[in-house]
Amino acid sequence: MPLKLIVLAKQVPDTHNVTADAMKADGTVNRGALPAIFNPEDLNALEMALEIKDRTDATVTVMTMGPPRAANILREAMYMGADAGILITDRHFAGADTLATSYTLALGIEKVGDVNLILCGRQAIDGDTAQIGPQVAGKLGINQLTYVEEVVNIDKKAITLKRTLGRVSETVETSLPLLITVTSSANRPRTFGAKRLMKYKKARTSIEAEKEIKSSSTTGEYGMELLLDEIEQKKKVLKSKGLFIETWSADDVGADHEQIGLPGSPTKVKKVQSVVFAASELKKVEPTPEGIREMIVELIEDRTFG
Amino acid sequence: MAKQPENVLVFIEMDHGKVAEVSLELVCQARELADTLGVNVDAIILSGTNVDIHGETIISYGCDTVHTACDGRLEFYETLPYAKIVSDFIRESKPQIVLFGATAIGRDMAPRVASDLRTGLTADCTDLQIGDHEDKKQKKTFKNILYQIRPAFGGNIIAAIITPEHKPQMATVREGVIKLSAQDRNRNGAIKPFENIKWDELQFINTVLERTIHEKKVNLKGASIVVAGGGGVASKEDFDLIKQLAATLGGVVGASRAAVDNGYIGKEHQVGQTGTTIRPKLYIACGISGAIQHRAGMDQSGKIIAINNDPEAPIFNVAHYGIVGDLHKVLPMMIKAYKGKS
Repeated sequence: MPLKLIVLAKQVPDTHNVTADAMKADGTVNRGALPAIFNPEDLNALEMALEIKDRTDATVTVMTMGPPRAANILREAMYMGADAGILITDRHFAGADTLATSYTLALGIEKVGDVNLILCGRQAIDGDTAQIGPQVAGKLGINQLTYVEEVVNIDKKAITLKRTLGRVSETVETSLPLLITVTSSANRPRTFGAKRLMKYKKARTSIEAEKEIKSSSTTGEYGMELLLDEIEQKKKVLKSKGLFIETWSADDVGADHEQIGLPGSPTKVKKVQSVVFAASELKKVEPTPEGIREMIVELIEDRTFG
Repeated sequence: MAKQPENVLVFIEMDHGKVAEVSLELVCQARELADTLGVNVDAIILSGTNVDIHGETIISYGCDTVHTACDGRLEFYETLPYAKIVSDFIRESKPQIVLFGATAIGRDMAPRVASDLRTGLTADCTDLQIGDHEDKKQKKTFKNILYQIRPAFGGNIIAAIITPEHKPQMATVREGVIKLSAQDRNRNGAIKPFENIKWDELQFINTVLERTIHEKKVNLKGASIVVAGGGGVASKEDFDLIKQLAATLGGVVGASRAAVDNGYIGKEHQVGQTGTTIRPKLYIACGISGAIQHRAGMDQSGKIIAINNDPEAPIFNVAHYGIVGDLHKVLPMMIKAYKGKS
């Protein structure tokens, strides 16, 4: 039996490149104006999983919770080398904080079953909370190691890895199953494989497959049964080619509706503000020896230099 | 039966034989919150050796009771046993607020504890306040709850997060955002061992094969003068100018994210939301445009000098002295002027 690895990934707005047109007049961010990207450190986690797959018998499945368009990052993961993708999507997940999200992801991982190692990025750039990894491990009741930089060795039962926790660098050996979070300094994620891209760009979630059949069908209301048949047929074909992206709803993973989405989220956003700095009284200093000398004298006199 | 007081609890982190600075900052913040709420401040500290001497320090900053768990097995942080002890302590002591430093350890453990207790957690707070919350849908007002204020969306906005219906309300707080208040060595407080540790339930399953403790090379937080360079510095060689000015003034070298990303200097020098938050007496920003994330980490400095060739650079909005010009010319002038005058 190969090692079973799951990479948790998130599709995020590219907050590192917020341009002026992405800011609304009230100072809040217009999410829609930002490109949706694969969360950068989740790519490092995926790369780490793929490196394990390169050197030992392992399968890599990428799992994401998000809206239907998050399937894009699952396809990207497959272009890089992932074996399969799972999309967990449901409008009932809307408004989920980290507690509700980790509950949902943990159920997804349990549904996959017998997972040896779970990898995720240290944190996502839209929230920067770094909470999902530890909370998924908590919900699964398994051990966690955060800030991992290198997997030195792995077999069915044990793993040796390097991590840095503040000022302490450690080489740690521990048992599996385990969840690790990976930092950006761990590796450089590989690029897409050309052949893989040609193949997996045809990968579809069940939502996408249904949509495509419906939009190309001319049967209308009366042909509903026929349509459903066609959809099932299409899914079968996709599955046989390894191009089907498993698509799970809240009920598919057996979620308690009280623990997902808004009802399952203890934290609420009370208020959002743009960042305001108290303006200082600015003294203009000329970039000349005289101007600068004057400033230095002032700072010496008011004891700013100690 | 008297209602158990719902105290404010601080997790104290040990930083290689010393109490971590952020933990003392949290005690000061907890004192303020507790005074507003009319409750006490508790602290819990896990350590490999006896920590009573540190207990006195923690009390002097405003803590009422320091709970200790000392055992050789706890010398180095390990997630499962640490999180279990802290979760069990919270279940027993029922605080209304729990604070952790947003350090590597705090950010590893706090989410696990919050998940175990099924409560909310807000990461990386930069400010905490007590206030009310009116839930219009439920027609209910929550009195005296914790506003957990943090930057969000890559630092482009500030959000106030609340956990109105769950206890405890938990937050991790950035180092350096709270000013240490004055120590009171005469303050009364108690140091108590936490006795109900379920040792047989603790899982010590990590074996550390090798451990290196790195020296803290840069003391940005402790510096009274910081000279920082940004993306406007032309090259790694030119960054030496920043270092020269810092050396001349007896200051420490800082950097913006752009300078770190360009490879001019290591990340440990980075000032800002993803780096270190500082408030030196003097901050000199050289070729730093002043992205929100950077300004949030230095705008509380006593005096700010900004040098930039773009007069529209946002850094000038928080500066006290603005020099529009080429830093490669201005910095040598500053070095010369200082050497001539001091």
